[in-house]
Amino acid sequence: MEFFLQLVITGIMVGSIYALVALGWTLIYKSSGVLNLSMGELTLTGAYVSLTFYQWGLPFPIALLFTLIVGLVLGLVVERVFLRPLIGESVLTVIMVTVGISFFLRGALGFIWGTDTLVFTPPVFPSQPVQIGPIVIGQVYIWSFIAAIVLLLIFVGFFKYTRWGLAMQATADDEMAALSIGISAKFVYAMAWAIAFMAAGVGGALLGNINGVNVSVGHLGLLVLPAVVMGGLNSVPGAIVGGLIVGLLQNFAGGYLDNLTIAGISIIPGGAKEMFPFFAMTIALLFKPYGLFGWQRIERV
Amino acid sequence: MDTNGNILQLNNIEVMYHEVILVLKGVSLQVPRAGIVALLGANGAGKSTTLKAISGLLKHENGRVTDGSIEFMGERIDRRSAEEISRQGIIQVIEGRRVFEHLTVEENIKVGAHLNTGAKMRSGVDKVYAYFPRLKQIRERTAGFCSGGEQQMLVMGRALMTNPKLMLLDEPSMGLAPLLIKEIFEIITRLNREEQLPILLVEQNVKLALAVAGYGYVLESGRVVMDGTADSLRDNPDIKEFYLGLTDLGTRKSFREVKHYKRRKRWLT
Ligand SMILES: Nc1ncnc2c1ncn2[C@@H]1O[C@H](COP(=O)(O)OP(=O)(O)OP(=O)(O)O)[C@@H](O)[C@H]1O
Ligand SMILES: [Mg+2]
Repeated sequence: MEFFLQLVITGIMVGSIYALVALGWTLIYKSSGVLNLSMGELTLTGAYVSLTFYQWGLPFPIALLFTLIVGLVLGLVVERVFLRPLIGESVLTVIMVTVGISFFLRGALGFIWGTDTLVFTPPVFPSQPVQIGPIVIGQVYIWSFIAAIVLLLIFVGFFKYTRWGLAMQATADDEMAALSIGISAKFVYAMAWAIAFMAAGVGGALLGNINGVNVSVGHLGLLVLPAVVMGGLNSVPGAIVGGLIVGLLQNFAGGYLDNLTIAGISIIPGGAKEMFPFFAMTIALLFKPYGLFGWQRIERV
Repeated sequence: MDTNGNILQLNNIEVMYHEVILVLKGVSLQVPRAGIVALLGANGAGKSTTLKAISGLLKHENGRVTDGSIEFMGERIDRRSAEEISRQGIIQVIEGRRVFEHLTVEENIKVGAHLNTGAKMRSGVDKVYAYFPRLKQIRERTAGFCSGGEQQMLVMGRALMTNPKLMLLDEPSMGLAPLLIKEIFEIITRLNREEQLPILLVEQNVKLALAVAGYGYVLESGRVVMDGTADSLRDNPDIKEFYLGLTDLGTRKSFREVKHYKRRKRWLT
């Protein structure tokens, strides 16, 4: 039982980071219909950038803030340079461009930071775990959770209550109607990419603290795909719940499947942890093709 | 400002979709500074296309003004983007009551003011509620679940939030019950009078449109085939027959087939 609870808590905590990255992904999809396959590399970029700021001697919160700023700028640049010229092109073309962006980023990151695992030194969070009742949790999880939740709240608040956020929602709902009252679709796309890069950047920074920074952070970033698919692609609450579910699934798979042994022999080769969310996504799609929260058109009764 | 007191002037415009489909074949019209002008015509005549040419939304449907010019307050706007044109004060209420269906009524209204700030926002929302009291009652409702009449009020209120200098209204009466239509047309008249808001009104309901408009144009197959003051159009036998043909028999009669109809000389040849 303790073991189970332990898995649930860490699952939710890591899941909150996925939720953050997934939120960014969903904003792009909602407002511009672009299926962005470069989220993994964006996350990895955030990890390297924040690590570098930290190694320069900046306190971690400041490094995180700078990572946000770098994310904002990079998001705007990528949208302007790669995506805007493609407005009106076919979905497939745009997807391939995002794949291109991910290869480009992966190459550039390897070139700048190499392929060895880098770690935040000295460790950002005390390694002394915290005991809550019967459960023991590393502080890095707790702080990551807090940071992810705070940012999630900020982004959701922005989306719900600011003029720009409303403009984004309006464009997502009906682009022509939004244009008709003077909302600039280009501006909305740019905002969506900026937010997605910021979210992925911070997500990467947090994951980098948990696992160390190497390409595997990029693989973790890719877990937003099962998260958003299960959440229903265009739903913000869906992305958040999807992220949490992926965190949970991943931890359960890691906790139970990876250690599953019969007569002392492991029957599932390692890696169930990475694979299981995708497996669950496929199963979930069979039963709920629109995901948990996917939009269908509102039909008045 | 135009010297003749017109806020908007279309000079013989031609519009093509996809560089091949010629839809408007030389349309000229004027909207006076505080007037309501009706643009009438059967389905497919090119009424919505005319509005989209003015608001610039045409460019987002792969359409283009290929000839002629559009002047707003004395400036040519036919080459400008929809965004620039809306910033200059021309707002089109597109046909089909396109509310943002997942937002609430009040959020829909607020989106209209995305260029304004705090205090202005509040007074703008209050103004919209003053014209459309019904919207205030249902402010928290998700727009997608509102009735057709409420949605029509909502898209008009949303447009009003942008502080327009000219409103282009596309078929506000479509599919609504007579009582609601009456209410909406009263509001249109009030908006025009109290806000000094010029309105270019596209309608299939000819009788109603001519009751609120001062001047009207009849469009057929992309050409203006008749224009005149609302009174003169109302008394025109062709209009009467055309209009009766539309409502009583339920068939669409071509204007060209009406025998009283005297072919009008195309202007500017
Ligand atoms: N995006 C488009 N691409 C190609 N052709 C179009 C497009 N929009 C309209 N058309 C064509 O242009 C013509 C005029 O259309 P328009 O929508 O302006 O008519 P309308 O007078 O508004 O009709 P209705 O009363 O049915 O709304 C029609 O023949 C239509 O098929
Ligand atoms: Mg039309």
